[in-house]
Amino acid sequence: MKKIYQLENLDCANCAAKIENAVREINGVTNASVSFMTQKLMIETDADIDQIMEEVKKVIRKVEPDCEIVL
Amino acid sequence: MNKKLKKQLKKIILAAILFAAGFLPLPQFWPLFLFTAAYLLVGTDIIFQALRNFRYGQIFDENFLMTLATFGAFALGEYSEAVAVMLFFQIGELFQSYAVNRSRQSITELMNIRPDHANVRRGKEILTVSPEEVKTGETIVIRPGERIPLDGIVTKGSSALDTAALTGESMPRDVAAGAEVLSGCINLTGVLEVKTTAEFAASTVSQILELVENASSQKAGIENFITRFARCYTPVVVIIAAFLAVVPPLLSGSMDFRDWGYRAITFLVISCPCALVISIPLSFFGGLGAASRCGILIKGSNYLEALAEAGTVVFDKTGTLTKGLFKVIKINPQGISKTELLRLAAHAEAHSTHPIAVSVREAWGRQPDLSIVSDVKELSGHGITARIGKDEVAAGNFEFIKSLGIAAHEDHTPGTAVYLAVNKKSAGSIIIADEVRPDAQTAIAALKAEGVKQTVMLTGDRSDIATEIAKETGIDKYFANLLPSGKVKKIEELMTVSNNHGKVIFVGDGINDAPVLARSDIGIAMGGIGSDAAIEAADIVIMTDEPSKIASAIRIARRTLRIAKENIVFALGVKFLVLALGAAGYASIWAAVFADVGVSVIAVLNAARALRLHKSC
Repeated sequence: MKKIYQLENLDCANCAAKIENAVREINGVTNASVSFMTQKLMIETDADIDQIMEEVKKVIRKVEPDCEIVL
Repeated sequence: MNKKLKKQLKKIILAAILFAAGFLPLPQFWPLFLFTAAYLLVGTDIIFQALRNFRYGQIFDENFLMTLATFGAFALGEYSEAVAVMLFFQIGELFQSYAVNRSRQSITELMNIRPDHANVRRGKEILTVSPEEVKTGETIVIRPGERIPLDGIVTKGSSALDTAALTGESMPRDVAAGAEVLSGCINLTGVLEVKTTAEFAASTVSQILELVENASSQKAGIENFITRFARCYTPVVVIIAAFLAVVPPLLSGSMDFRDWGYRAITFLVISCPCALVISIPLSFFGGLGAASRCGILIKGSNYLEALAEAGTVVFDKTGTLTKGLFKVIKINPQGISKTELLRLAAHAEAHSTHPIAVSVREAWGRQPDLSIVSDVKELSGHGITARIGKDEVAAGNFEFIKSLGIAAHEDHTPGTAVYLAVNKKSAGSIIIADEVRPDAQTAIAALKAEGVKQTVMLTGDRSDIATEIAKETGIDKYFANLLPSGKVKKIEELMTVSNNHGKVIFVGDGINDAPVLARSDIGIAMGGIGSDAAIEAADIVIMTDEPSKIASAIRIARRTLRIAKENIVFALGVKFLVLALGAAGYASIWAAVFADVGVSVIAVLNAARALRLHKSC
């Protein structure tokens, strides 16, 4: 399953890269990509998406506390 | 500028005033007080952020590094430098946020083609609903000035459409009942009633938006390289800084921790890779946006990068270099008038839907009178015999006429020839050919000017037709008589041959060449408007049917890559230079501030140029 989420307040490009890496390392995520310019998170997973998104939220809070994901 | 940025700006201005005041000839205690006040004003956020991130185990976070560097400078008694680092770091951040916001906005404007409502006719009423609520087959009303919300066919009214959002074409297009219209265009002059042929999600405008919005998730190699590089760069620089602060003074026995500490601080200040990390995606995004502004949709930054290395451009002939529409180009009557020849041919082929028959009927310009046609016999692929009025007419290829025992005069003009015989006597021939697109020749010349090494044409057509078209367009090489599978094989051959001479691009109309589009390094589909298959199969979609857009695409790609590379070379160059000077003790913290913030600002400004590339197409 491939899903795209909108991010808000993604202010630094380096953080976008960090978020991307951190999301990729979540168990069950097969692929992920963060577009800094469009502030979009693309995520591919075979696992339960709600559970994954909880993890993603945590990861984002860690890397860039200002940044929020629109669910 | 949003609220957050404005607040930040106020802080910075106030801090700058305090900072400047610190240089006034005031009594001893004052400068330290002013500098500390300025520092706290701009630095508190950063320090808190650093502490928070440190708790999450992110040691190489830029906030933390800046905090460390400025604390170090304070400890060494370099108060003004400490404040300067923090102040300029914040100015740089502010500027970056501003530039990024601006670019995001201009991209949004670029993509502002989403229709927000549809006027749908239900019963006697016209309701205004959101485009998603309209079903296929419903009738929608589009008033002048409104954007067409869904694809459909005009049932009533006539108007001119502004298609610029889809095609980059500034000339309005006239439409009337029966014409197909695409969502995203703007209705300019008259009221149109349109029967929808697709739901909103499947309409052209939705497809385009989805394509462009997803484009930046397919990253270019150069972007991935920078991300990987950034991940190593910061730790390496910080480790060297730690090493500089401790090892040389111990080894040399001078114990001059002050001097080496200063050098270590310059390292910390330069350790943030922001300039690169921000400017590279910004350049690519600008390039993609600029291309879509020109009616060239590129599905990912990786394709933009590949496009810049184009070495061979391969064209499919029919529908790409030519219009794919057959037209009568020559009439050779023998013993009868041209009109009579066309009339007989049109009647003989009255029942046929073959493109050749259609073009003959079109050339005659009237509806054949079916009541006078009888005894139609068709020998598939060869010809037709029929009785038209009281004449016995035969129409077909040269062999067909010859097999009837009639001596015809053979015409060698490239194209497809239909020979006619009336009452067993040759009546001449009609030559039908596909028309070369008006800008095909300019397209090939423009590709050459962009430095493309070879242009190739593939066609299933006969060799003599291919020769003629190759001559007319100035294409380097052609391969004729190819079956679809043969085209794939040719592309593979070309890819092996040109392995070291750049990427192989295939340009097709996306209708029956999907395998070739998929196999080539970059598949470009032309005339993508309204063709789902093309948008699906290709890496790049050209919305109009002008082959000259391919050269524009390559030009935009090359310039984008150039900007990205300039930024890499410039940013890394300055950083490494200042690092080297810093290690040797020749660079001050001020130079380091420039290498960090100044370089970021310049790189972002340079990257923003990519947003304006659409002016070059």
